[in-house]
This record gives sequence, structure tokens and C-alpha cells, in this order.
Amino acid sequence: MPKAATRQKPEAKKTKASANGNGRPADNAAAKSGGIDLAQIELEKSEYLQRKASQLESIKRTDKKLLREMLYQMVLGRIFEEKCAEVYRMGKIGGFCHLYIGQEAIGVGSMMALKPTDMMITSYRDHVQAMIKGLSPESVMAELYGKAGGCVGGKGGSMHMFSKEHEFYGGHGIVGGQIGVGMGMSFAAKYKGTDQVTLCFFGEAAVNQGIFHESLNMAQLWKLPCIFICENNQYGMGTSQARAMSSRSIAKKADAFEMANEFVDGMDVMAVRDATIRAIERARRDGSPTLLEVRAYRYMGHSMSDPGNYRTREEIARYQERDPIVLFKDSLKEAKVLTDKDFEKIHNEAVEAVQRAVQFADESPFPDESALLTDVYA
Amino acid sequence: MAVLTIRDALNQALREEILRDENVFIMGEEVAEYDGAYKVTRGLWKEFGDKRVIDSPITELGFAALGVGAAMAGLRPVIEFMTWNFSILASDQIINHAAKMLYMSGGQFKVPIVFRGPNGSAFQVSSQHSQALEAFYANFPGLKVVMPSTPADAKGLLKSAIRDDNPIVFLEQERMYGNKGEVPEDEDFLIPLGVADIKREGTDCTIVARSMTVPLALQAAERIQTEYGVSVEVIDPRTIKPLDIDTIIDSVKKTNRLVIAEESHAFASVGAEITYQVMDHAFDYLDAPVKRLSCAEAPMPYAKNLEALALPDVDKIVAAVKDVCYL
Repeated sequence: MPKAATRQKPEAKKTKASANGNGRPADNAAAKSGGIDLAQIELEKSEYLQRKASQLESIKRTDKKLLREMLYQMVLGRIFEEKCAEVYRMGKIGGFCHLYIGQEAIGVGSMMALKPTDMMITSYRDHVQAMIKGLSPESVMAELYGKAGGCVGGKGGSMHMFSKEHEFYGGHGIVGGQIGVGMGMSFAAKYKGTDQVTLCFFGEAAVNQGIFHESLNMAQLWKLPCIFICENNQYGMGTSQARAMSSRSIAKKADAFEMANEFVDGMDVMAVRDATIRAIERARRDGSPTLLEVRAYRYMGHSMSDPGNYRTREEIARYQERDPIVLFKDSLKEAKVLTDKDFEKIHNEAVEAVQRAVQFADESPFPDESALLTDVYA
Repeated sequence: MAVLTIRDALNQALREEILRDENVFIMGEEVAEYDGAYKVTRGLWKEFGDKRVIDSPITELGFAALGVGAAMAGLRPVIEFMTWNFSILASDQIINHAAKMLYMSGGQFKVPIVFRGPNGSAFQVSSQHSQALEAFYANFPGLKVVMPSTPADAKGLLKSAIRDDNPIVFLEQERMYGNKGEVPEDEDFLIPLGVADIKREGTDCTIVARSMTVPLALQAAERIQTEYGVSVEVIDPRTIKPLDIDTIIDSVKKTNRLVIAEESHAFASVGAEITYQVMDHAFDYLDAPVKRLSCAEAPMPYAKNLEALALPDVDKIVAAVKDVCYL
């Protein structure tokens, strides 16, 4: 890849060609055909390799138990979602079902830097994030099954997991709607004088909605402790970012509001964690918001009903070479924090947890018919 | 009891509730330093400051969302729309978020929020500023819809709305802000949501009116009494949702005739709903088909004569009562 190789030069990072999308790649043939420029993927890979030393440093600074828990949550998320795909095809899960496979490093890297009292809110791609925030796999799977044992008793399904106990303000189904709600949650924290920060997740397609701009404006205007995390999985359903966004750098959109921002490699869980820690510090210290653009890649279709005809197998395979779980596992091994045997153990624990979740969901009863008309009004 | 305008009665309710509960704040365009576009919030910013009375940018969807998130996290926001016409920009937050949050979360997250402001027509403000949206919002489970027509009702209902744990669509009327009436001074004067008020008792015909059409119906009732000796009962539901249909049914069972006067458009209106429910519960009691007066089936025109033509008025209500009484 000579083109990408020339971009590996450090000075190239300052040019329009850097992988953070700060400027559009010229003559982006892939973008014209709807997919992602493969050179961008190469560039991301090379930038990761350049950064790897700092990732190892970051691993050394972090508590070993926490690192292991982070890896466990990523593996659990992956296996849980694979199981969802399997049981969805069996008809056990209905409606829409948006999987998180490929994006695990974002949820784990950011949310595991929070205190339990911090708040978070997200989009409809919410199963794994719910579990990271502390909901049991059983209650999430039972919700997917539409069972009484689900975290909202079968009323929400895949897109609407909630847990007040865990400060999990839900999965939301209207693209971008939760950005404003999250901003409002952080307003409440400031109003009440708590030290809570709010993590507010949304996809890159939500950035084109008015609510994104309205919310960032108010968050910066009033210095709200909100961390806006754009999970850029590069496709809004079947439309690539290049086909939908005139200015490709999402992080830089924060400049329009004079808001702190960072572009982060979403395949690198430690990079996500470190950027989130910086944002949390900013929020707790100055009460000011941050926009993080975290770029990852959704391996599966937008939802289970999406065959994914808008992109090539090669594109998917190239991203899978930088799988976030593999990258993290390899780094932990390199840092001598993890052995293959440890990983096998983590993997088996996750498989067992998902099996228990499926069994619980299968055995949980459907909601009582009386539930139809409860919780409409308080 | 003091005599207040609806504007000042609303102001008093806001002031008392801000004083009573530290989690109550009001936000909207021009609510603070400008004292409110229609002066409903006059003096509140000076008294309570930036924390409790907050000027928002012109960003309806954004500040409605702020209110929803803040309510989920334990506050009791009062969100003012300069007019309800602008709420259409924010309707995703009102309908998709506020109304459904409790249900979607299996009862975990309440949204105690009041969205308020003037609804319906004003004085020649034309098509985009003259819409009555009660039927639109009342269609969605999870929302309560409130429409006061007197200063006392305005105060008592707004205080109840702020204390309620549900999202409330509180619809005022710009034409009525200056209307005066007696208002109890008790700080715990509350009017429960979902209870209709019989504004005038009568025996021969029932008029169900709300908001702007209540004073019109009362004038029409007086004229009919004088000119035809017909005794008209005027019922103001005060809350559209929950709707106190029992009071309306009881009245129809007594008078056997029903006229509905509303400012909104006719198609799928609140009047249509009341008509259905009366048919369902009191079909055998009706001595004449139900008659309904609504806004003309056109966007609101600017010209004064056309605007008047589009809206219900006393003459039209009198004619409708005569119709159902076969006079």
C-alpha cells in the first residue's frame, strides 16, 4: 500500500490525509461507490502501531483486575451479541435488533472509567452498554425475549433497556433524541450540585440531526458536565458517512461551539479509556463538556434485517484485522498482564454467563396481560 | 379573594411553586430578563435569579429535551414555549420521549415536566402562529393536556400540573391573558387534573367549551336565556386528558342536547372524541344530533374579517344551540 505508506510519515498527520477525518480524502473512489476508502483503514492501522507504545504504558498504569474486567466485558458483549443473532434467527427475539459487534471497545473503554453514580444514556444499540453499566445479562436477554424478567418487564425490547438503579437512562429509538436528554441529565447534575458526569452516546448519523447542534450549543453555553460520545461506526444504516456528511471530522464540529474535543481510535480500548478520563476530569473540575469522536466499525448489518449489500467483504475483513478484542488481548499479553490460559478462562466465563442468560430468558414468563396498561401514567 | 388576570394568576402559581420546591425551575425563550414574551413570568427572574428562571436560546427541540432529561434526573422543569406553534419543533421530545419514558422504562423513570404557553389563535398573527394543538397532543398516551379558561382555574391547574409526576401539556390562550377573575390566595389552592367544571347550570341544552370558547359559550347562554327562555348548561372540561366525561354525560342525560365549541380544526378533534363518547354512553338520551363548532378547515388567514369568519363566535354558538333545540 504505497499510498498509505507515504501517509505514515509523522508530518502527514497534520495534512488533510490524517485518519481522523479532518478533511475529506481527495478523489475518494470508495466513498463514491458507497463504501469506505481502504486507504483510510490502512492509515488507522499505521497510526495505531505508532501509538502502541503509549497504549502499553497506559496498560501498565491501570489496575490489573480492572484490565481483566474490561477484557471480560468486551468478550461478554461479543458473545452475548453473537447469541442474540443466533436466537433472533430462531424467532426468539422480535422487532429490531441492533448489534454492537465491533464496537465493544467504545462502551468498555468509556463506561468503565465512570463512577457507579455517573449517568449514561444511549441509542438503540444498547444491549452491551446496559451490561457494562451493571445490568445482568439475564435481565437484558429476558428483555430481548419480551419476558417479565426483562429489565423493563418486556415493555421496551432491544432498543429500550433502562435501569434507574444503575443510572442507566436508557436506550432510545429516535436517532439523536437522546443527545438532548443526556444534556438535560447533566443540567440536573449541575443544578443539584452533584459531581455526576453524564456519558451521552450516539452514532455518527445522529450528528446530522438538529438536536446534536442544539444540545452541544447549550452544553457549552452553560458549561454542563456532559461527555458526548459519537460512536462513529461509519454507516447510518446503509449510507456511509461520506455520502451523508459534508464535513467529515465530527470531533472538529465541536469547534463551532468552542467545545473541547478529541478524535479517538475506537478499536483501541485504552485510547478510549484515556480520552474519557481526560473528559471526565474536565467535567468534574470545570463542569465543562467534551465531544469525543470514537471511530470503530460495525461488523454486522445496521440491524438483524440488514443484509449489508452496501459494502464489500474486503472492507469488513480489513477492519476485522484490527479487531478491538484481539488488539487488547495481544497488548495485555505483551504487557505480561494476561496469558492465553487466562483468556481462555475469561472466554469460558462469558460463554457460561450468556448460557445462563438464555436459560433465564427462556424460563421467564411472558408479562402478565395486566401490564399492558400499567406505567402509562405515574 | 383577589381579582387577577389569567396572566397574573399563572405568574402567582409559578412563583409559589418555585418557592415551595427547590427542584422547580422555568426555562424558555425570553422568560427571564425580558420578563416573558407575554409577561407571564414577569418579575420572577429578578426575584429568583439565573438558577431558577432561565433564558434559553431559540432552540425548542433542544430545551424541551433538556427539560425531559432534567425531569428524569429528579428536577421539575416548567418549559415555556413562546407559543405552542413552536412546540411542533419540539414534538419529538414531547411525544417520543416525555410521553413514553415511564412506560418504556417499565415504570422506572418518571418525567415530571410542564410544557406551557399560549395555544390557538391570537390577534391576526396568521397561519403559523394560530394553531390549537390540543387534539394533537391528547392523542398520545402518557401526556396530560390541560386548558384553563379562568384566572382561578389557571392558577389551580398550573400548580397541580407542576406537582404532578407526569408530563403535562398546559395550553393557555393569548387572547385571554388579560381576562380577570377572582383567585383564591391560598398557597395550596389546587384544582385537580381531570375534573370538569360546570361554568353555568342549565336544563335544556349542554355546551361543552374549553379555553377561548368558554366565555363565548357563557355569553351565548345568556343571550339564549333572554331571547328564547332556553336554559343552557356550560361545561368546561378544563383538562382534555384525562377527560371528565362523566360530568358531560350527566349533563347530557339531563338536557338531552349537546353543542361543542372549540377553537381547533374539526377533523379528529377533541369535539369528535366527546361526540363519540356521548354516543357510546348516552345515545338514548339525545333528542338531537350533536352539533360541533370548530375552526374553519383552512390555515388561519391574516385578514381580520377572514380570521373572525374562521373562528367560533357567540352568534355561531347561539345558532348551533337553536339548531339542536329546533328553535
